[in-house]
Order: sequence, then structure tokens, then C-alpha cells
Amino acid sequence: MADKENFSADAMQYTENLYSAALRMTHNAADAEDLVQETFLKAYRAYESFQEGTNLKAWLYRILTNTYINIYRAKKRRPDESNLEDVEDLYLYRRLGGLEAVQAGRSAEEEVLDRITDTDVKEAIDSLPDQFRLAVVLSDIEGFSYKEIAEIMDVPLGTVMSRLHRGRRAMQRALLESELRKAAVGGRSEEGNLS
Amino acid sequence: MDALRTSEREFESEECRKVITQLYEFLDSELTDERRERVRQHLDHCGSCLEAFEFEAELRAVIVSRAKEQVPESLMHKLAMLIEEEERLVPKQGSE
Repeated sequence: MADKENFSADAMQYTENLYSAALRMTHNAADAEDLVQETFLKAYRAYESFQEGTNLKAWLYRILTNTYINIYRAKKRRPDESNLEDVEDLYLYRRLGGLEAVQAGRSAEEEVLDRITDTDVKEAIDSLPDQFRLAVVLSDIEGFSYKEIAEIMDVPLGTVMSRLHRGRRAMQRALLESELRKAAVGGRSEEGNLS
Repeated sequence: MDALRTSEREFESEECRKVITQLYEFLDSELTDERRERVRQHLDHCGSCLEAFEFEAELRAVIVSRAKEQVPESLMHKLAMLIEEEERLVPKQGSE
């Protein structure tokens, strides 16, 4: 059993991870702060039930996820599974030909990867429906295994995989769209990284 | 160059297509050792799949590095206060 007195020392190190995930979930800083506070409060109160030596980060994420679902799912109902059109594997990679390298001596791959900004990534994640977004954040950003994600989200492993894979492909489409927009704005002028 | 790239990206062989469907599980280290080894062997002799895998791996790294958020000072402070208050309010053995 975990000792409440150690809570701060044990759990606070995950604040940045939890806050990043909370921002992706709620889409705004004020709600993300509330969500993280609520999560820490619940975690602190339940800390004695946490099995010491097991995965604390996953346990905290489970609380974060449940709290998010309870608060925000109630607020706005939006169809989750249905409104994400599935796209093919390697969506972005297959379309790199359309994003020709502007600088000689560099491949389209390198250029695209270089041009992707923080905003592009965050917007691409934010554009995903809830369930897909959550799976992508937990895996790509936080590095949880499929099994851990299944436990955190309380869904079967197969569901995790399909949400994750579809979510990633959809995210690639969103990234491609923002690259194409930038290319259209930037025209053929300088490389100009729009900040 | 362009023609070459386009044809390279079609992944026509049956084996390529099968390997591509396992790409995410491979990158996520979720394949069994046996399947992982089979994918690795394919990548050893298939340049177009290898290139695709490398792109996906690099894209993943870019996504991770671009998605970081800074925790506001104010939140750190609020969390510390929150715990402090709880410690004060709830005596250790939680008698309500």
C-alpha cells in the first residue's frame, strides 16, 4: 500500500505529462489545469489504494482519463467512432511527391519532417475525435503499451489498436493538409517557416 | 526521380503489403519476437519498405518532440497548495 505522505514525491514528477495530455483532451489551458487538479486531488485521496511497485504513471492516467470522460462527455455529446473517415496506411508518406523539396539536395521526406511545427502537431492531434485522440496521446506521446492503454481507457486491446491506427492515419492527413496550406501560402518564395 | 519515387511507393508485392500492415505494431514494439524478426528480415532486403518504416519512425519522433507542453508555474503552485490543504484537512487515518 502506498503512503499518502509520499504522494507529492512520487506523483508530482508526472505533472508535465498529465498536463500535456489534459491540454490535448480539453483543448484549452483553463480546463486542462482544472482537470489536472481534479486528477491530483482524486489520486491523493485514493493513494492508499494504489499498489506500491505497480505502474504509478498508468494509474494517474487512468484517473485523468476517467475524470475527463465524466466531466466532458456529459457536457458535449459528440459521436465518436462514426465520424472519422478511415484512410490508407502510409497516408503522408505516399503523398510526399506532392510536396516537392524546395531546397536542392534535400529529400521531400526531410523537408516535410523539418517543416512540421508544434502548432501543426497539436492541431492535428486536436482534430481527432475524443477516443482516437486519447489513444494517440497515450501511445505516441506518452509511450504506454497497448495493454496499458486498454487498462487506462477500459476497452479491449483490439479496440485500442484500431483506434490508434485509425487515429494516426487521420492525423497524418491533418498534417498533410497543414503542409499543403503552408505551401500554398508560402508559394515558391523562400522557405519561410511560418511561426 | 519522380517516376521512380511513385513506383517505389506502390509496395506491390504481397509480402510488402503484409509488412506494411504490421508497421505500427513494429514501431510500438508490440509484435511477438518471431513476427518482429520476420519484419526485420523483410526490411533487410526491401528498400522501399525500409524507407517507409524510417519515415514513420522519424515522423513519430517529430510528433513526440513537438507535442511537449510547459506546465504553468501557477498550476504547480495550485497543486502544491491542494495537497497541503488535503493534508491539513484529512487526518492521516481518514476518520470522517
